[in-house]
Amino acid sequence: MTIEINQLKFAYIRGRRASETAPVILDIERLQLASGERVFLHGPSGSGKTTLLGLLGGVLAAPGPGQIQVLGQDLAAMSGPRRDAFRGSHLGYIFQMFNLIPYLNVEENIVLPCRLNPERRARLNGRGLKDAARELADHLGIAEYLEQPVTRLSVGQQQRVAAARALIGSPEIIIADEPTSALDADRREKFIELLFRNCEESKATVLFVSHDRALLPLFDRGVSLPEINRATEVVA
Amino acid sequence: MNFSGLLRLAVQSIRNRALTTTLTVISIALSVALLIGVEHIRTSARESFQGTISQTDLIVGARSGPIQLLLYSVFHMGSATSNISFESYEKYRDHPAVEWTIPISLGDSHRGYRVVATDQNFYEHYRYRGDRRIELQDGTTAGDIFDVVLGSEVAAKLNYPVGKKIVLSHGMATRSLLNHEDKPFTVVGILKRTSTPVDRSLYITLEGMEAIHVDWQSGAPPMYGEEIPAERIRAMNLKVEQITAFLLRSKSRMLTLQLQREVNTDAGEALLGIIPGVTLSELWQTIGYAESALLIVTVVVVLVGLTGMLMSIYTSLNERRREMAILRSLGAGPRKILALFVLESGLLSCAGCVLGVVLECLGLLVAQPVVEDQLGLYLSIDFLSGVELAYLALVVAAGFLIGLVPAARAYRNALADGLTIRV
Repeated sequence: MTIEINQLKFAYIRGRRASETAPVILDIERLQLASGERVFLHGPSGSGKTTLLGLLGGVLAAPGPGQIQVLGQDLAAMSGPRRDAFRGSHLGYIFQMFNLIPYLNVEENIVLPCRLNPERRARLNGRGLKDAARELADHLGIAEYLEQPVTRLSVGQQQRVAAARALIGSPEIIIADEPTSALDADRREKFIELLFRNCEESKATVLFVSHDRALLPLFDRGVSLPEINRATEVVA
Repeated sequence: MNFSGLLRLAVQSIRNRALTTTLTVISIALSVALLIGVEHIRTSARESFQGTISQTDLIVGARSGPIQLLLYSVFHMGSATSNISFESYEKYRDHPAVEWTIPISLGDSHRGYRVVATDQNFYEHYRYRGDRRIELQDGTTAGDIFDVVLGSEVAAKLNYPVGKKIVLSHGMATRSLLNHEDKPFTVVGILKRTSTPVDRSLYITLEGMEAIHVDWQSGAPPMYGEEIPAERIRAMNLKVEQITAFLLRSKSRMLTLQLQREVNTDAGEALLGIIPGVTLSELWQTIGYAESALLIVTVVVVLVGLTGMLMSIYTSLNERRREMAILRSLGAGPRKILALFVLESGLLSCAGCVLGVVLECLGLLVAQPVVEDQLGLYLSIDFLSGVELAYLALVVAAGFLIGLVPAARAYRNALADGLTIRV
């Protein structure tokens, strides 16, 4: 299993003492993503999507042993910096919008994960950063913009740059958090198809989060977060 | 996450906000230039002052303030209130404990430059900056009554060659109404550059000084028709009546103190003998307060410059929150975010220091001739001294420390936001 969640209960710590916890936000009995699977996770805002992604990325500390395993590793057993490095090396993120560092050009944005994570760079299999960026840009149809500042690109083009950045160095998991919400309907499907085609090559597992159920048929499987999350009190 | 990636990112981020960061760097650079400049001028002023006179054990003049005596006799600042008799001078000149003396008679000028009347002892015994002696660039020393030797700057500025006839003026005004026109002097020699007040002086003989005033009555020029022509003066047997002060070298350090006591308690005349080094340090103590005040002000200016940087980074924090979330998604931990901000402020203060040193050097290059001309201070332009380097290191360290303030804020934001993009 690429991602395995068992008996997860999570609440933010409020106040200084750990005992003073806020209401439970996530209570998931079981969620599994197989390697190469493309899963559509949907749910209205406030259903705990952000928290779940935070836990999977290791930005939030997993509450106890055995509850969240990513690529066979127990995130709760890792230190904070180790989780950060793990995320940088094995996960690719695409956000809703404003995905890019404004002061870097397209190519610099794409290769950034490799610059920040030596492990990710090592996965280029000896190819240079420039070559890897060009190849991905070719696949995503943005090769002509490589030297341009990202601020000159349209939102759709920006999202493709973000996809290239998530894909570089072939991370095992791609997490996309509402990446198409800023795109019109026609472009949404095209973007997702493009993303899948590129994920196929690296056999990446895709966890795609959205509230737009119309996209569901494009995926292997859909998961409704409100259905699997047993936490009764849900706060926005 | 490796350091070079982080450094690269910090540099690119700085480049992106070119305008504000340039302004920040300039404000730091100006304050650093001021700090280093003040320190440099302070130390080189001291060196310049201390190097002006060496190997002289005592300066003797009419009784007045020690600092005043030091200033007018050596630095050509201010003027003497009264003279001393030549008999007193002779008494100490011939004193068994004295190795040599240099008599000085002041009061006249030429186009704003001081005329110093002295004798051959000056050329032979005067020392500055350790063991350097007066040397001639051209011509000979002044021997005849109407001979004058020029300091290097006087010769260069006024463009006088050897052989030129010049007229001396009474008093120190640049355009004196009282000129000794009837008794012109001939330039017989030009001294080599010393970078001391010597360069800005003209040297004549004691007899020459006596000669131009021989027909004066109680400080006033002779009436029309009563001037004694130069030719007749030569025939007169001029006798030096008084001098302004004299420099003295004793045969040993022990004797210096004895001589000083003897001078200060001289029964014949109210004399004052000072040890130049001692009086110089008294002078520095007087100026010391002003110096420290100046230094404090410049330190505050540096702090203001650094605070400007703090503010510019701090205000950029909110608009960069999104950027931080993206960096976190790419594997940057909160500590790396902290490091990024500290690096940024550190880089800015480094750049400020480098630019500041460049500005200071340029400023010195521009100021050096003016300061030497106007204030008589020789500013050396040399590599940064240890103290200056220490100041720079402190500024950079302060820059890094100050960077911790916005960095801590960014760290907390990074923890709170996680991967949530806040616009």
